Amino acid sequence: MGEVDMSNAVEVTAPMASSDAARETKFHTRGVQVFYGEKQALFDVDLDIYENEVTALIGPSGCGKSTYLRTLNRMNDTIDICRVKGKIELDGTDVYSDKIDVVHLRARVGMVFQKPNPFPKSIYENIAYGPRIHGIATGKEDIDQIVEESLTKASLWNEVKDRLDEPGTGLSGGQQQRLCIARAIAVQPEVILMDEPCSALDPIATARIEELIDELRDNFTIVIVTHSMQQAARVSQRTAFFHLGDLVEVGETGKIFTTPQDQRTQDYITGRFG
Amino acid sequence: MTDAVMTDVQTPDQMRRDRAARASNAVRRSLKKRYAAEARFRAYGIGAVGLALACIVVLFSTIISSGLPAFTQSAITLNVELKQDVIDPEGTRDKSTLINANYRKLVFDTLLAEFPEVTGRRDKRALTAILSSGAAFQVQQLVTSDPSLIGQTLELSLPVAADFDLYNKGVINKGTAESDRRVSDQQMAWFDTLKERGIIESELNTTFFTNADSREPELAGILGAAMGSLFTMLVTLALSFPIGVCAAVYLEEFAPKNRLTQIIEVNINNLAAVPSIVFGLLGLAVFINFFGLPRSAPLVGGMVLALMTLPTIIIASRAALKAVPPSIREAALGLGASRMQVVTHHVLPLAMPGILTGTIIGMAQALGETAPLLMIGMVAFIVDIPGGITDPATVLPVQVYLWADSPERAFVARTSAAIMILLTFLILMNALAVLLRKKFERRW
Amino acid sequence: MSFTFVLGALIILTVAGFYLGRSRSMASAGGTASRLHSRPHYYGYFVALWCGIPTILILGVWTVFQTPIVEMIVQGNLPERMLEGDPAQMSLIMNDIRNLASGNITSGEITPAVQAAADQYVSLVQTSALAKFVLILVVGIAAIAYARGKIAPSLRARNQVEKTMMAILIICSVIAILTTIGIVMSLVFESYRFFEKVSPVEFLFGLEWSPQTALRSDQVGASGAFGAIPLFVGTLLISFVAMCVAGPIGLLSAIYMAEYAPLKVRGAVKPLLEILAGIPTVVYGFFAALTVAPFLRDQGTFLGLDISSESALAAGLVMGIMIIPFVSSLSDDVINAVPQSLREGSYGLGATKSETIKRVILPAALPGIVGSFMLAISRAIGETMIVVMAAGLGANLTANPLEAVTTVTVQIVTLLVGDQEFDSAKTLAAFALGLVLFCVTLCLNIIAMAVVNKYREQYD
Repeated sequence: MGEVDMSNAVEVTAPMASSDAARETKFHTRGVQVFYGEKQALFDVDLDIYENEVTALIGPSGCGKSTYLRTLNRMNDTIDICRVKGKIELDGTDVYSDKIDVVHLRARVGMVFQKPNPFPKSIYENIAYGPRIHGIATGKEDIDQIVEESLTKASLWNEVKDRLDEPGTGLSGGQQQRLCIARAIAVQPEVILMDEPCSALDPIATARIEELIDELRDNFTIVIVTHSMQQAARVSQRTAFFHLGDLVEVGETGKIFTTPQDQRTQDYITGRFG
Repeated sequence: MTDAVMTDVQTPDQMRRDRAARASNAVRRSLKKRYAAEARFRAYGIGAVGLALACIVVLFSTIISSGLPAFTQSAITLNVELKQDVIDPEGTRDKSTLINANYRKLVFDTLLAEFPEVTGRRDKRALTAILSSGAAFQVQQLVTSDPSLIGQTLELSLPVAADFDLYNKGVINKGTAESDRRVSDQQMAWFDTLKERGIIESELNTTFFTNADSREPELAGILGAAMGSLFTMLVTLALSFPIGVCAAVYLEEFAPKNRLTQIIEVNINNLAAVPSIVFGLLGLAVFINFFGLPRSAPLVGGMVLALMTLPTIIIASRAALKAVPPSIREAALGLGASRMQVVTHHVLPLAMPGILTGTIIGMAQALGETAPLLMIGMVAFIVDIPGGITDPATVLPVQVYLWADSPERAFVARTSAAIMILLTFLILMNALAVLLRKKFERRW
Repeated sequence: MSFTFVLGALIILTVAGFYLGRSRSMASAGGTASRLHSRPHYYGYFVALWCGIPTILILGVWTVFQTPIVEMIVQGNLPERMLEGDPAQMSLIMNDIRNLASGNITSGEITPAVQAAADQYVSLVQTSALAKFVLILVVGIAAIAYARGKIAPSLRARNQVEKTMMAILIICSVIAILTTIGIVMSLVFESYRFFEKVSPVEFLFGLEWSPQTALRSDQVGASGAFGAIPLFVGTLLISFVAMCVAGPIGLLSAIYMAEYAPLKVRGAVKPLLEILAGIPTVVYGFFAALTVAPFLRDQGTFLGLDISSESALAAGLVMGIMIIPFVSSLSDDVINAVPQSLREGSYGLGATKSETIKRVILPAALPGIVGSFMLAISRAIGETMIVVMAAGLGANLTANPLEAVTTVTVQIVTLLVGDQEFDSAKTLAAFALGLVLFCVTLCLNIIAMAVVNKYREQYD
């Protein structure tokens, strides 16, 4: 647990009003601080992520929203100089504690990246990779089923069902990103983290992914980082605004965009900076 | 709560949760095995690195432990009377008389005098075998350089033959059967007696650093080969550095991007990977057979090695030139400098540390190269220290090869010692290159 | 008049030319440099180049052709009856003359004719050296005078100097091509002469190799056999053993260095591994012959195996050690070229490091790794000293690494080191072997480079 840095007092809107009572908390994070070497990238972030909901993290570039996202499934572990302090609980267990295994954690909390990164293998093998390494499915039939289901859920099945043996890298950018989403789904995670999944895509492909995100909400908890406020407004139920490593404001998406409480949020959404 | 309502029919949500839980369990079950595999794989990696490093350690420790004895040499201290009647009976002090006098007899007699009880011819010969043939030569040198010494008795420290040197160092010992070693029991006894009398001592083997090759291990040195290497490297440097830099400058700064330059580029890359022995064949066919240049000469060796190092230097120089940012060229051009002036005044000086680093590394490669030099006859047995680039010579690595091939036990230590010296040069050169790179490394 | 002396004179002349040219330009401009087209020192370079280039050319050409011309004259002056002998006899006589002239010991007895020829040889060489020196002096001074005469304020000295420099640069970069042409020409030419004596089919597919042609035609096995298959098999066997060592060790250490090793370890171990690449091959050869081969033989005796003291295993093992850094540094580069996003994609799905490496990184890097292995194999095939010192001489057609085999490079060295008679099939065979070696390594390199480059482009 990191000590609270008083000089960096953070304004955080109090977590949710009464209408949210029915939701279950998936991630419960308090006082999250992240350091890259000497440099501090996140200051005492307190944020809850609710189940079966899309939470959007917005803010100007370099504000720490991706850094926060990557603490949720400990992807920051892959960076040598990165240190994380604070409480990050998934279903009540600290993900940085010994009780949680990082491999298991990432199987439960999948991730989709900014640039589509299909493996240089066939479409089929891309999907089958996760279930195989985790031993979720072993027989050919099981895997076939998972591949079809995942691709269907990622609304890619109809486009690729006849060419599952072709390399995943041969698909268009939007298809590649949906393949990556399907690849994440195939492991049957509880949460899917998306790090600006549409930033490398054209508007039409972006619209398809956004539709997909909305459909996936029924089955998964989704956290999406985006620099597009319109996208946040379109796909998310809740929005958190980050600025210079601080979580400035969090609330229902509608409220954040119509009646922001903080001056900085207001400046950002009205386009004064960003 | 959404799943608070329990019914017999599972809701889609429940099904999903079920599956997620099952998947989660599968993952948890697989974990132990997977972490074991992970640890195993990592251990393979560490093992591979460890094995490679162990090879270095074994290699170096073998060479050093077998090479160290070569740096000392056993010597016997004898009071040699430079008898007038043996050296110069007529007293003419004629030079050829002095050179051709029987110094062997002088030193042999002195040694025999230590053991008056040895009489038979055979025993006498066995006893005098203790002395190196270089002992007589040493006395000859002494007398010819200063004839006034004749008639005096001098206390001289004379080299011991290689086999007895090895006995003194314990390499040859009584553990082996007498017929299997080159020093007999009787000889050992004599030698031990001499040792007890305190006239055998181990001294720094200066001969090793001041002599050229010899058939007698105790007289063999590396100076000849080192000088040969020096001359060869001078020729190599004088050819490959200017040509390499000029070629790199042209290709990087001036060459139009056309087919010809493309061919040159591919060609240079391929040349860098041609086996070195092929360069030796080139040298033999072209330089020696076609142009009739002398065999065994550092001139030809240097030319062959220059062609071999050229690609290395060109590639390194081009990389160094490429690293100079275009803004500097533009700035100079903007001031009205010609393109040639831009290169000679600005780009080349800035790229020079990189070019020098590449050149040193190329030269280090050339210094350690053996195979092509065998082809052009630098493998001859050469007793004289070469004085120029057309004298017959050999080089350090070839000397190593020659000694490694010699049957005498004592050459094993000398081979290792020569390797140690060769490696010292190479390490110094590489250290210089690293230093240069560190000192002038510049990020643009 | 030694080469060094003439070269020194030439350099002094050139430097003098520089100063003469520079002072002349200032004089011609009446002491005001700004009236000149170029800066004064360019006029200096102008004169220096005029003086230096022709004289260096004369020196080079003269030095190269002096010996053949002198020998031609000496040979032409020999008495009739000595000229009648066969070419081999002639070359022996010339050898004696040469040795006599340079004061070495001669093989045969010295006849007055040979002595006279040797004297003539010496005097011719002396005359030639003197003539060379005088010619260079005259040409140099004449060139300086001529170039100096051309200097005027309007002379575009800088442009001319730069044009000349450019020509020099182009010539230098063409030398690389000339080297390749030289290699190909000399190998092809000598091989052609070999194939006039021995058919290429026999050479490439023959199973027996014993190049020792007999001295007398009535001896047994007088013709010599030139079937190179045993050599090819031996080369491949040793290279295979080497790759069995270097492949796994090199690849695994590359993986460890690229994916696992902390920065500090990487920084320390990488240069250490590079040491292996910097050790001269003759040292490896010595190590193989002195330590590894006897060790293996002793272990073999212990295990009841009969391991030859020149076994392919010993040579291959040590060659493998030598090649480790080639495999590891090339593979390291290749593995690092795999984009980070693929690693993240795999980690994001919950894969462990080794799963990511085995199932994502290595398949992605496979073409590059194959390329680096091919480059390493080409190294192994062309490696000479280790096998010369640690492998056998006898051509032995076997796939058993415990036996002694010989290789292409060993045979090239054996055939060409020591006394050699030119034009004998034995000597020429070395060039044919060299041609095969050159072609095979060239193909391997070209394919490997193409594969690696294509792989790099994929991720750029």
